[in-house]
Amino acid sequence: MSLVANQVGALIQGVAVLDGISATFERNRIYGIIGPNGVGKSTLLHILSGSDAPSSGSVALDGMPLTDMTGKPLARKLAVLQQGGLPPVGFTVREVVAMGRFPHQNWLGGEAEDPESIIAGAIDAMGLTGLQSRKLHQLSGGERQRVALAKLMAQQPEILLLDEPTTYLDIGYQIELLDTVKAWQKRKELLVIAVLHDLNLASLYCDKLIALHKGRIAAEGAPEEVLQPAIIETLYGAKTTLVKHPATGVPQLILQPGTEV
Amino acid sequence: MLLLAVSMIASLSIGSAGLSFGDVWGILIHQLPGMPDPADKWTSGEIAIVTQVRLSRIWLDVMVGACLALAGAGFQGVLRNPLADPYTLGVASGSSVGAAFIILTGMQLALGLWTIPVVAFATGILTLLAVIWLSRTRGVMQIETIILSGVIIQSFLGAFVSLMVSMSQGVVNQILFWIMGSLAHRSWEHVYMMIPFLVLAFPVLLYYSQSLNLFTLGERHASHMGVKVERTKLIVMMVSTLLTAAAVSVSGVIGFVGLVVPHLIRLIVGPDYRLIIPLAGIGGGIFMLWADTLARTVLSPKELPLGVVTALIGAPFFAYLLHRRMKVEGGVKS
Repeated sequence: MSLVANQVGALIQGVAVLDGISATFERNRIYGIIGPNGVGKSTLLHILSGSDAPSSGSVALDGMPLTDMTGKPLARKLAVLQQGGLPPVGFTVREVVAMGRFPHQNWLGGEAEDPESIIAGAIDAMGLTGLQSRKLHQLSGGERQRVALAKLMAQQPEILLLDEPTTYLDIGYQIELLDTVKAWQKRKELLVIAVLHDLNLASLYCDKLIALHKGRIAAEGAPEEVLQPAIIETLYGAKTTLVKHPATGVPQLILQPGTEV
Repeated sequence: MLLLAVSMIASLSIGSAGLSFGDVWGILIHQLPGMPDPADKWTSGEIAIVTQVRLSRIWLDVMVGACLALAGAGFQGVLRNPLADPYTLGVASGSSVGAAFIILTGMQLALGLWTIPVVAFATGILTLLAVIWLSRTRGVMQIETIILSGVIIQSFLGAFVSLMVSMSQGVVNQILFWIMGSLAHRSWEHVYMMIPFLVLAFPVLLYYSQSLNLFTLGERHASHMGVKVERTKLIVMMVSTLLTAAAVSVSGVIGFVGLVVPHLIRLIVGPDYRLIIPLAGIGGGIFMLWADTLARTVLSPKELPLGVVTALIGAPFFAYLLHRRMKVEGGVKS
């Protein structure tokens, strides 16, 4: 199973945000999309999710154009964790997680197999068992993000797209969320594509990074190939020093102040 | 359901003709096949009041209330706005322009009873499109401004209807009642006219109720879950407008039912549209039944316009919702 972007371009109010993006995403891998603010990372993810159509080029899932696959069939294959998380609605945790089964339901709202164990399993995997009858507006932002992920688990996709999943979370929740995603990815051999702001987190969790700059792919490859201080300076205009993570050996970037201190 | 049945029975027995509970039921039971002719016990006038006037009116109350409450639930769900209803969106006024035009020109006499709801639906849809167009900024429909646009359009069209009425030479009293919303002077044929609208619209709304649940998480969320967002919005709004047009054709503009009832239901059963949709239908029937019973008995034998009664109850509730919404900052409370 693969997701292939072919010469994808996007115009927002007449301005080219993406221009000729081509990339192949394979199963059982985590891809990180990095780049400065406003470079079109989220736009690319919206196009890869099929919710927005590219203004040029195409995206294909297993050879089938995404524009030909909509609604429930697509949602059974591909799930999206949105930027900003779930709104504080009056539904309970369990009800929201159960909504993840929607793409598997027939027009009467029933399913071929009883989904109860899937829903309970997703709630359990996210450590939400004690909170399952609480309403969403009673939860903290971090807890709501766990509910969002549990809902995606209940959706049982093969492809998972994450749009800045760690924004607004403290470092404890950031690590917890990405650990959960990684464990789930390994268990089900998922294809995960995540837009990430934090380069060091991206390096810790991703198998491959794609750096966007001015609407094009500036660099792609393993974290040690992409996270080079020279590349990072072109992307962000910031000076960094590269070190090896003492425990895992992956590259980590340390920031340098712009002026001598 | 039980509450609805009890309300219907109670309302049937209350009225300005001074018939007792026993009289009403005696007449009704005598209508069943095999019972002796009621004519030797009651006058034909009394029989007519029960079977022709009151019974049909009670069914109309229930159906108009159900239509408006279902339409309100549909609009609130699809627009994710708790202040949306046929009245605040201007759809009811839009429908009434078409209906008033047909009534005042007497065209329904030439073209049949169905002319009014069909024309009312057409002008209702046009109004909805105008409201949506007004509330768009840079191609995106603004949830917050749609009510503002609706109220603007509603007052404009309301004035337009008044203008039409003041220029007409018809029976002013009866038309004024229609503008303020009333179910007086209606008969069984109006009941039969409403049945197809409810039978068509209710299953459609029920079918989309789970999609409306996903809408509460946001349109993009819903689309990622496999909901066909644009199609759902279009169909639910069309069906809600159809229900509004049916109600307006029969009763005139009755405000706030579509707003208040879905909220009361939501307070009781929570945010799940799979429960809200059917219960709003029933609740709307009960609400309207009691409002109309009040309207025809409080100043008996004079009759209050039904729209006045619902507005007296509904407007303070609307103000309360608006106030609470301003206090609860951010996010759609559902």
